[in-house]
Amino acid sequence: MNASRLVATLAVVGAIAGALVAAVERLAAPAIERAHEAALHEALAEVLPPHANAPQREAVVVDGRTLYPARDARGRLVGVAFEAVAPDGYSGAIRLLLGLSPEGRIHAVRVLEHRETPGLGDQITRPDWLARFAGRGLADTRWEVKKRGGDIDQFTGATITPSAVARAVGRALAWYRAHADAVRRALDARPRPREKPSRQGGR
Amino acid sequence: MEAQGAVQAPARERGPSLGRIWKDGLWRENTIFAHLLGMCPLLGVSTTVKNGLWMGAATTLVLVGSNAVVSLVRGLVPREVRIPAYITIIAAFVTVVDLAMDAWAHEMHRILGLFIPLIVVNCAIMGRAEAFASKQPVPAAIVDGLAVGLGFTLALALLGFVRELLGQGAVLGHALWADYPKALGFILPPGAFLALAFLLAGIRRFSRKEA
Repeated sequence: MNASRLVATLAVVGAIAGALVAAVERLAAPAIERAHEAALHEALAEVLPPHANAPQREAVVVDGRTLYPARDARGRLVGVAFEAVAPDGYSGAIRLLLGLSPEGRIHAVRVLEHRETPGLGDQITRPDWLARFAGRGLADTRWEVKKRGGDIDQFTGATITPSAVARAVGRALAWYRAHADAVRRALDARPRPREKPSRQGGR
Repeated sequence: MEAQGAVQAPARERGPSLGRIWKDGLWRENTIFAHLLGMCPLLGVSTTVKNGLWMGAATTLVLVGSNAVVSLVRGLVPREVRIPAYITIIAAFVTVVDLAMDAWAHEMHRILGLFIPLIVVNCAIMGRAEAFASKQPVPAAIVDGLAVGLGFTLALALLGFVRELLGQGAVLGHALWADYPKALGFILPPGAFLALAFLLAGIRRFSRKEA
């Protein structure tokens, strides 16, 4: 068997496989985009108070973070949502979406992505656990699990995961306060609706 | 199986009958129960029935596609380069399934995460390409892909069922008891090995009686 035939075979196989993947990628791209947008939309609806605007379209970037403002019918700011990452979960990073009141209190928190142990660490997605964050702010809460001297409940079989989430929320609140002025300026500017808010994380 | 299977396959190229392919793939030569291949996704993803079913479905799609194409090119690919050629074909189908799930089954794509791209190194798929598809006509190869894939799905779902039941006291995400004490052993990887061992032992005993 001569070598050029072997090389040619692999080249043809590779080219056809590549073409197939490229074709499917093109075909699926709009649906993937829509799926990600829909997932974000749904998550925003859950963490923000009732609003009349489209937070995704009015997203602004402050200090590298994308903020999604929620406004009532008269255009008044009623909440802000942004992503926070806990890099130190039990199995890698945990992505969270936080919804805050304009003053910086938690309205709701939702877990966007995690690889925590099913049945143990993945209890961070339990609504009743996440609900305990509501109303808390930076000053009135020690953002750590009780076992480690904080105010947040851990749950059976997992400490590392809820601790990572609690600390990440605390850091995000601290960031929000530290950038309060910049955030207010960016949101008060009532930016023209943006076509595509830059997405953080993801793939 | 259905009766028509036996009629429509007058064994070409001395191949096995379709009924035989089904029986082999699903049970007698089951990837997990008989060959213990594809352990990585089995142990990693079988924490719940739902995860097991989705992982099995994704693997089945890849198997059917790669088997079909490998069979299609079986006279064209020289022996010396068949392995890289098969891997390329398998990788293409895995990428397609990965993209498709991201687009149309977004939630499960997020849960299964890295295990989807890892289907490419599931040796069961390479095994079917080498041992079956590269020697059989396309229809038989497709049926073999389906049968082996469903057999793999069956094993994943069964192990997922046992682990979800014993570990979390739940079936398909529905808790059976309000205050079930979580059995860490079955939720974490050691439980996968244990549950698999008991399953295999049970199956061995069961099939001996049958024989």
